[in-house]
Amino acid sequence: MRTQSRRTPRVLFAAAAAGTLITPLLAGCSGAGGAGGGSSSHSINVLMVNNPQMVELQKLTAANFTKKTGIKVNFTVLPENDVRDKISQDFANQAGQYDVATLSNYEIPIYAKNGWLHPIDSYVKKDTAFDQQDILKPMTQALTAADGKLYGEPFYGESSFLMYRKDVFQKKGLTMPAKPTWQQVADLAAKADGAEPGMKGICLRGLPGWGEMLAPLTTVVNTFGGTWFTKDWKAQLDAPEFKQATQFYVDLVRKHGESGAAQSGFAECLNDTTQGKTAMWYDATSGAGSLEASGSPVKGKMGYVPAPVDKTQSSGWLYTWAWGIQKASKNPDDAWKFISWASSKGYEKLVGGKAGWANVPAGKRSSTYDIPEYRKEAAAFADVTRDAIANAKPNDPGVQPRPAPGIQFVGIPEFTDLGTKVSQEISSAVAGRESVDSALKKSQKLAEDVAKKYEGS
Amino acid sequence: MTVTTSARVAAATARPATRPPNRMRAWATRAPLLPALVFMIVVTQLPFVATVVISFFDWNALYPKDRHFTGVDNYHQVLSDPDLRQSVWTTILLTVTVVLVSLILGLGIALLLNRKFQGRGVVRTMLIAPFLVVPVAAALLWKHVLYNPEYGLFNGLLHYVGGPQPDWISNTPLLAVEASLVWQWTPFMMLILLAGLQSRDNEQIEAARVDGASDWQVFRYLTLPHLRRYLELGALLGSIYIVQNFDAVFTITSGGLGTANLPYTVYQSFYQAHENGLASAAGVLVVIGSIVIATFALRVVSSLFREEVSRA
Repeated sequence: MRTQSRRTPRVLFAAAAAGTLITPLLAGCSGAGGAGGGSSSHSINVLMVNNPQMVELQKLTAANFTKKTGIKVNFTVLPENDVRDKISQDFANQAGQYDVATLSNYEIPIYAKNGWLHPIDSYVKKDTAFDQQDILKPMTQALTAADGKLYGEPFYGESSFLMYRKDVFQKKGLTMPAKPTWQQVADLAAKADGAEPGMKGICLRGLPGWGEMLAPLTTVVNTFGGTWFTKDWKAQLDAPEFKQATQFYVDLVRKHGESGAAQSGFAECLNDTTQGKTAMWYDATSGAGSLEASGSPVKGKMGYVPAPVDKTQSSGWLYTWAWGIQKASKNPDDAWKFISWASSKGYEKLVGGKAGWANVPAGKRSSTYDIPEYRKEAAAFADVTRDAIANAKPNDPGVQPRPAPGIQFVGIPEFTDLGTKVSQEISSAVAGRESVDSALKKSQKLAEDVAKKYEGS
Repeated sequence: MTVTTSARVAAATARPATRPPNRMRAWATRAPLLPALVFMIVVTQLPFVATVVISFFDWNALYPKDRHFTGVDNYHQVLSDPDLRQSVWTTILLTVTVVLVSLILGLGIALLLNRKFQGRGVVRTMLIAPFLVVPVAAALLWKHVLYNPEYGLFNGLLHYVGGPQPDWISNTPLLAVEASLVWQWTPFMMLILLAGLQSRDNEQIEAARVDGASDWQVFRYLTLPHLRRYLELGALLGSIYIVQNFDAVFTITSGGLGTANLPYTVYQSFYQAHENGLASAAGVLVVIGSIVIATFALRVVSSLFREEVSRA
């Protein structure tokens, strides 16, 4: 039994993968039929990632949104990798099965360029209650495509900052500057290393993946004056700035970073910080919510400062899960009503009252940070988070002009693959199996191959 | 003469008369199998044909307008990619090591379990357990519960006795993946070899003992030749599954530190690069490779079976 059931999916791995390419065509038929039947009674299909904020939204929709508007919302909720895959298939074929999907600010400009998304400027203009001005500027910028039209509304957003143990720093007589530089952070990491038994100086991601290690590393590269590509698509991975930044990152994590760094991503670092295994952690602002949650052993002991810098004024990244409407959707009006509700000020207050203010999908509206109840709950990190997001420059994150948008990524379709391959090389350097120079030399070649497609365009 | 003609006539008339019922009967007996056959073709053969077709296209999911026929360009690219060649080598290394080590361990455990002792049933069940764990759960278990240098069991035990605190996965990435796979596949080998041992002829062993054969001689000249076909079966089945292993590589190292094997590389070009054409070409090559190896291995095994039969 086992032999049969295991063999088919493994031997025919790619065959099965290709099979899924056909399914959207079949599914498209049933989807169209379903949507046609549903339009008279007002219903929309929403495909979203299974993060806790989305699950909460799913719970609250029927009793609030559907009750008020009469629009029934059918949710499909999947893990991140699956949802990306499903969205790209449905949207690429314009199957129209889903009206609304959660997309990140990496995908929205690319999808928009392919003509897969419905521009929402006209809706935003009419819907004054939505108040687009309240959405943090970098968010609006990141969700605006090259054609100047807006294609998405954020549900929640994050930047990156430095988290540190206030109590440990005090005990060791260390002070964290209000706006630290990376050199200061490296010195502090050396001093805080071993402050408590088993405690390391800093936790930095080393796990391969374009969304894992490369996110913090690219922000370091940006502020050290490096870039992946110049404005005219010359790969710069072996340029002195890129090399210096990578060497700095690898040295820091090898000397004073967590053990097992080459397998540590967000989840592992969160674990290390919660368990008191590290004195500092540079990562997503969303990490603070977990560190300050009730029951966390480090609740109230953490301090938060902006992302460390070198040559730039700020270096935090920008990431958001946003709503996009599929171009082929038959119910764009209803879809907008849903987005307008889910990303509204009112929804944040609803979640705050029902599920607690710590669960509010924050990081997108300036007004969120003026709500007294939210400020009380997130006192330790609210202002630093808002400033980090507000100071992010998605189109100009470094010292030189960029050919594509993105802070911790390069907004081109090839980046997921390029980034993952490069991160595998640098992860080897973090593990001490390869020098930074040879890792970057191989990476440069990969980047040059990608750049060929764009050169002269 | 009349007899023959009448017989011929009878035959001539009988043939068209009896054939349709025969054919219908044949189809009637086959009919219950048809849904399964159709299902098989739909879920395995059609996707494969589609994969072959897609493998001749330059098709990136994120450039839908750019889809065009490129002939064997994808195959050329796959075969000239150093990463991919490296991953072929990794796959071979991973498979050979895991199969050999788990066969040897499985043989040892099977020999021990073949003896009678109290609680044998319980011990057997417990030893089989690793094989029943979902592969991805087993990989997670190894990554976090055992290998993790901060809170893993290995370093916890070492810490207890004051030993060093190595970073297992970073220091020996391929070995770490192999160890977790050996842990999963040893019970499988053990099961096959145990079945072999149970079918051993006890009278033969008794006769050998009477003739004064030592334990080692019994094992070397009776048990091992008897187990040969079981060892070969274990090696063949094990190789087929471990060549395709994805979970352990994906979970423990995310393909980093030189552990990316072929299935992981195919996954990466499909899910990360969205290169449907390239991934399909790599997949087709994997299938061709597997078929060649499987045919070769099966032929070796079946020739050995024949040898055994003729010898008997």
